[in-house]
Amino acid sequence: MIRIAVLYPDLLGTYGDGGNAQVLECRARWRGLEVAVAQVLAGDEVPDADLYLLGGGEDGPQARAADLLQRDRGLHRAVDRGATVFAVCAGYQILGHHFISSDGSATPGLGLLDVETVRTDERRAVGEVLAEVVARGWTAVPTLTGFENHGGRTRLGAGVEPLAHVEYGVGNGEDATEGAVAGNVVATYLHGPVLARNPGLADALLERVVGSPLAPLNDERIALLRDDRLALRP
Amino acid sequence: MALTTRLRRRVAVWGMDLVNATSRVLRRGSGTVAGGHLALRIDPNLLRSLTEGADVALVSGTNGKTTTTALLTQALRTAREVATNDTGSNMTTGHVATAAHAAPNAVVVLEVDEAYLAKTAVWTTPRVVVLLNLSRDQLDRASEVRMVAEKWRTMCSTTTATVVANADDPLIVYAASAASSVVWVAAGSSWNLDAVGCPSCGGHIAFGDDGWACGHCAFRRPMPSVACRADDGDLEVALDGVLYRHPFSLPGAFNRGNAALALAAASILGAAPEQAIAALVEVKSVAGRYSHEVVDGRQVSLLLAKNPAGWSSLFEVVAGNGDPLVLSINARTADGADPSWLYDVPFEVLRGRTVVATGDRRHDLSVRLHYAEVDHAVDDDQRAAITRAATPGRPVTFIGNYTAFGALVAEVRG
Repeated sequence: MIRIAVLYPDLLGTYGDGGNAQVLECRARWRGLEVAVAQVLAGDEVPDADLYLLGGGEDGPQARAADLLQRDRGLHRAVDRGATVFAVCAGYQILGHHFISSDGSATPGLGLLDVETVRTDERRAVGEVLAEVVARGWTAVPTLTGFENHGGRTRLGAGVEPLAHVEYGVGNGEDATEGAVAGNVVATYLHGPVLARNPGLADALLERVVGSPLAPLNDERIALLRDDRLALRP
Repeated sequence: MALTTRLRRRVAVWGMDLVNATSRVLRRGSGTVAGGHLALRIDPNLLRSLTEGADVALVSGTNGKTTTTALLTQALRTAREVATNDTGSNMTTGHVATAAHAAPNAVVVLEVDEAYLAKTAVWTTPRVVVLLNLSRDQLDRASEVRMVAEKWRTMCSTTTATVVANADDPLIVYAASAASSVVWVAAGSSWNLDAVGCPSCGGHIAFGDDGWACGHCAFRRPMPSVACRADDGDLEVALDGVLYRHPFSLPGAFNRGNAALALAAASILGAAPEQAIAALVEVKSVAGRYSHEVVDGRQVSLLLAKNPAGWSSLFEVVAGNGDPLVLSINARTADGADPSWLYDVPFEVLRGRTVVATGDRRHDLSVRLHYAEVDHAVDDDQRAAITRAATPGRPVTFIGNYTAFGALVAEVRG
């Protein structure tokens, strides 16, 4: 049984983020794997799970989610025992040491990724992204396509690797990197939802959890979408 | 001084009319934006001076603005002359074009973009402000809904208007409860994912059949004084203790709610409810929405939905019939560039239906339908999609988002 926990969809689910859980659930179930998705609402205890998902959200709810997760400690314990975590945008920023709250001040994050999100003078990064996966162990995942929408810029520390190298778009912001990976914790700025647009990334996450390669699925519909988005390539 | 002010206003309006007429002739849009920009550069205070002394009603919200504005206009015309921005130009440029040509005693009824409401209320000193609903929409270019709710709350705390507000939407109640005069209308809501966190204290709002309430503070659904009920396609509105009932052709519970809000606003502005409701139910379509057209020999019902709340409420409308569906998604500027929101729409309810995906972003929609496990076809042309979906003896229902819908209406109406 694959146990997926969606953390605080009422706070971190503004950008169709529920789609990432749905994609993982379908792709497991379509292969005959048993899978259960738990929607963990703000204030509920973080349960034991194999794969945790965090999505995008507005500034206020983001700060509240960070505060709740800090007190709960369930996600910290899960990372210690090697559970897989996949975080998007506001969820990505929360995993770092600090992020920016709505009043512009630095707010403590969970410290589960060695990254720091800061405010810069640059414009909000809004638009399509194409990025080549570079993180060790993940390079079999084909070019990532997604949509970014974030104000902060994220600096990577020595304890993480970039998930990908940006070909088109902004990503983390300062060094043409996009996202971050440390162990089984994976984070990205990409919406779309990103796992709907990148079935290779969805399957790579499932394979981490299952521990073995998965059978291929019929992804013709998704291939057409990918062709459409990859046509942006400069 | 007064002479210069009047002269500036006249020059501004004259320049606006010239530019707008030219752009209409050249068919570059609806013909109110470019002229409005020029006029506001000549006279930044133009909207204030043009509406001085006039009765103004403002209508805003994420969904139903255009329809509710049309319903209010129709209802008010039973009693008074009305000037309204029915071209879809719901920002200041459109407002000055409407106000400049309002008859001396006309009520000015303005549909207002959510982000423009606070300043429009300052400029126009409205008698009535109608607040419909707030939910996620176009996140790549619009403010977060809670920021909008905060701005509206500040506006409500200073306005002298009577606020006619939807009691079923917590974000609307949060904004409107700051006003000194509020008429609460039970207008309904089919979307509450943006209001689960209490806007007042951050606690958790629970929604039930008999309303909603925060579990942590006193914030809860106010008792409405205007209510509507669905009954065999009739519109039934209880207003000031009297029940009004008429056959109504606009579909969906949300349109009955829009009608109740419009009726409450019209009655404040001097329309007699009995005449107002009889007039309002005559609205059969609004800027193409809810209209029935023949496209390449097929009967087609046209529906517009722009965001998760809009799509969810339309699915309630189409759930009952088995008509084939053409769904069209674009992601141009006016639509929002990120179609991630498709995953907030419960497409799963369409399983077993005939569905054709089209529009610029048909492949995003196709993947969404794939994960909703809805069998479907894909066509790159909207009209070809309608032909493909058509089944003998059944009308096709077309649902498009903003520019997709606009493109089809322009094409079939020529």
